[in-house]
Amino acid sequence: MCGIVGLYLKNRALEPQLGALFEPMLLEMTQRGPDSTGFAVYRDPAPVGQLKLVLQHPDPAFDWALVAAALGAQFAVDVALRVHHTHCLLRLSVSEAALRRYLVEQAPAYAVVSIGQHIEIYKEVGLPLAVAVAFGLRGMQGSHAIGHTRMATESAVTTAGSHPFSTGSDLCLVHNGSLSNHNRLRRKLEKAGAVFRTENDSEVAAKYLDVQMQHGATLSEALTQALVDLDGFYTFTIGTSDGFAVLRDPIACKPAVMAETDDWVAMASEYRALARLPGVKQARLWEPEPATVYVWGGAAGAAPLN
Amino acid sequence: MSTEQIFDLGQCTVRELNQALHDFNGHRAGPHFRVRNAQGDHALAVGIAAPLSVDIEGHVGYYCAGMNQHATVTIHGNAGTGLAENIMSGVVRVKGNASQAAAATGRGGLVVIEGDAAARCGISMKGVDIVVQGSVGHMSGFMAQRGRLVVCGNAGAALGDSLYEAEIYVRGTVADLGADCIEKELTAAQIVALNTLLEQAGVSAKAADFKRFGSARQLYHFNIDHADAY
Amino acid sequence: MTTRDPGLHESYLFNRDVIHEIQRAATEGIYDIRGSGAKRYLPHFDDLVFLGASMSRYPLEGYRERCDTHVVLGTRYAKKPIELKIPITVAGMSFGALSAQAKEALGRGASAVGTSTTTGDGGMTSEERLSSKLLVYQVLPSRYGMNPDDLRLADAIEIVLGQGAKPGGGGMLLGQKINARVAGMRDLPPNIDQRSACRHPDWTGPDDLEIKIRELREITDWEKPIYIKIGASRTYYDTLLAVKAGADVVVVDGMQGGTAATQNVFIEHVGIPTLAAVRQAVEALTELDMHRKVQLIVSGGIRSGADVAKALAMGADAVSVGVAALIALGDNAPALDAEYRQLGSAAGYYDDWQAGRDPAGITTQDDELAQRLDPIMGGRRLANYLRTLTMETQIIARACGKSHVHNLEPEDLAALTVEAAAMAGVPLAGTSWIPGRR
Repeated sequence: MCGIVGLYLKNRALEPQLGALFEPMLLEMTQRGPDSTGFAVYRDPAPVGQLKLVLQHPDPAFDWALVAAALGAQFAVDVALRVHHTHCLLRLSVSEAALRRYLVEQAPAYAVVSIGQHIEIYKEVGLPLAVAVAFGLRGMQGSHAIGHTRMATESAVTTAGSHPFSTGSDLCLVHNGSLSNHNRLRRKLEKAGAVFRTENDSEVAAKYLDVQMQHGATLSEALTQALVDLDGFYTFTIGTSDGFAVLRDPIACKPAVMAETDDWVAMASEYRALARLPGVKQARLWEPEPATVYVWGGAAGAAPLN
Repeated sequence: MSTEQIFDLGQCTVRELNQALHDFNGHRAGPHFRVRNAQGDHALAVGIAAPLSVDIEGHVGYYCAGMNQHATVTIHGNAGTGLAENIMSGVVRVKGNASQAAAATGRGGLVVIEGDAAARCGISMKGVDIVVQGSVGHMSGFMAQRGRLVVCGNAGAALGDSLYEAEIYVRGTVADLGADCIEKELTAAQIVALNTLLEQAGVSAKAADFKRFGSARQLYHFNIDHADAY
Repeated sequence: MTTRDPGLHESYLFNRDVIHEIQRAATEGIYDIRGSGAKRYLPHFDDLVFLGASMSRYPLEGYRERCDTHVVLGTRYAKKPIELKIPITVAGMSFGALSAQAKEALGRGASAVGTSTTTGDGGMTSEERLSSKLLVYQVLPSRYGMNPDDLRLADAIEIVLGQGAKPGGGGMLLGQKINARVAGMRDLPPNIDQRSACRHPDWTGPDDLEIKIRELREITDWEKPIYIKIGASRTYYDTLLAVKAGADVVVVDGMQGGTAATQNVFIEHVGIPTLAAVRQAVEALTELDMHRKVQLIVSGGIRSGADVAKALAMGADAVSVGVAALIALGDNAPALDAEYRQLGSAAGYYDDWQAGRDPAGITTQDDELAQRLDPIMGGRRLANYLRTLTMETQIIARACGKSHVHNLEPEDLAALTVEAAAMAGVPLAGTSWIPGRR
């Protein structure tokens, strides 16, 4: 139960302003989600062969240099380190499979928040303003961002339970609504080897998409199949390396509004979050249809893919 | 009345605005209200019970002009969920689009949406007249009981599902009809009444160009042969 | 189990009741619809007892030493909280489900003892507003008769998400009860079945509910307490979310709670018993440090002062009665047995409240039947009943040494069964064992 915002910049000249455009969108959703806040920003792509890794530990004084050194020793590579509040961003040249294996085996004290070439997820318990300031959202540049403010329903108010949920390389998911068949689906995915960090229904949706895509589905295909396999109420926004996707359940009660201009595409739970975007008055404005997959960016083009 | 009261929502709270409006509840007249800087605030101009006229500049959040009685409220922007929900009388007009559940359960008065209305426009409506110049989203007119829903553009899926006695008019296409909703003949009397309504709404459309939809009344009494529709 | 005849071995699974229901379904092709609440055995307040004062605790003298019963509801945000003289209110029951006379009688009875009554899924009638000193106005998914004038006339507003008899279900009123007045209030044609929605038309979920509550507060200038009524199922989470969404009062209705007309399968198989729900609701309030700040009203199978006292001891601020109030008015009266039998039922069994043929004149819209209920007499009977419940509650509270019924605590209780101990979170009698706790 929450507020969702997403902004994808079609005009690359706007990229330096991503954080400045996106932060007010997130703050408008404060009332919808006072428990925790999170966002994924897509920026500074790592060169081929290199990965960006975001880790989190509740103690802001946590010794990240030690973690970087251990990773460096393990993979015999240089590790670049940058600390953001309770999170740290690491860059290193390593295969994703090897890194994920290492992280599962180590069962470290810190949490893995995101892995990819573009994505960086930052999330924390607290009001949007506090979280945005703590991570310096306003100053961030990049191509697109997805954000979420959470009012927890049936799972705990924790950093791990905050959205976005990383769903595999460069993917993340935010959710407004409540699934009704996630427990059995979770058990099915666990049988197939998936590891969950929370009791959150949205994490199940994220993992579900991840597994679909690992088995070769495109994002559109995975989302189309999600309409069959996920029951309940949802508005999802999914960040990808080069755009984002939106999906609402067939009843589509949870709010969603979209706007598009030549310069950007944006979605939000309420129009108020879009109202400060440049040129919004001339934007094409609509509410996404139920059970319809919308994908922007990359080869997907701007049209909804059914 | 020529006086005008201006409320800038950058300077005052929603509570102050609504209280000022409510101070005229029960009165036969009042000043013109101009509300500036609406930024998606919820529950603006709700619960008015006087023939005030209110112009809201900007976009409004949920439930703007909810339960309106007698007032004329004009929104110069877009409206969020539940615009004019349970309106009793008066006129609520949106210059832009309206989100889900516009005029939900409205019992009287007129709601005009100059842009599009999203899903569930006129859900459980109970006597209100709704005129949408653009299109309406899915499940519009769901369980609509009384009143008229007029759509100058197109209607989304499951139009008029589980319809009672409300009348639905659509000029464009209908994605599909919901359970127990059927196309019905447009009578001469209905054309006259619809033209009057369109004129009242300030919409230049001809009633004869619309199709009328109403209840097949097959769900009015439980019948095992219709169990699939429940 | 039904009676045994020697030599005949009745199946437990396929006993005569079950066989009858299968035969009925095969004949009629529709589920059984009825009124009232769950009829089967469920763990309940009967499975708890009080630990009266003895050596370690000192009791209060009956009659002479005070034992207060007043309760204030809506202290969190409302400018005008409501004050009840007794911690027992009358639950929401619609005009439509009940006759206008019955609604008036409920108002009279409640007002005579200084408590509130509640509208229902059909709007507010002038009779009940006039007869009720304190009237709670329900906002339901159907919004039948919803009217801002009535909202402003109300003393409190109750947003109904569900009821214990059918959490997750919508309302139903069959055509035979929709006379011209009921139909007019609901903006529907007379004599047709009404299937009211299970979700509200203009919000879904706690994030939207928070906004809806604010709209209702704005319309009523923040004067009126806003209750949120939930049918007991995931009560811990629902209570947390009701508080987060901004409720002044949370009303939790357990599965024994009554209904005017619902599928039997819904009544008997969806929801959790009141006993378990109270504990979960209190846990949620305590966790948020909102216990007593957001008041808790509990309903669903409250019959006696013992039930009231036990609900209060577990942490409720007040209780609500529905079915018991109808019985107090005269529902299922033995004097009407012959008439009940003509309807295929009997006094003590009658639950066809959906059918509108109630010989007691309560669950009907038939003018002739409805006139049998004298609202003044009915009001008196209800007042007598509510007074008795209050005195019984005080008797127990005094025995536990409490000068206010709200000072009853879970520690004043012991459970008679392992089930009740686990559900209520009080120790099994004679032990310190609460199943599921260390």
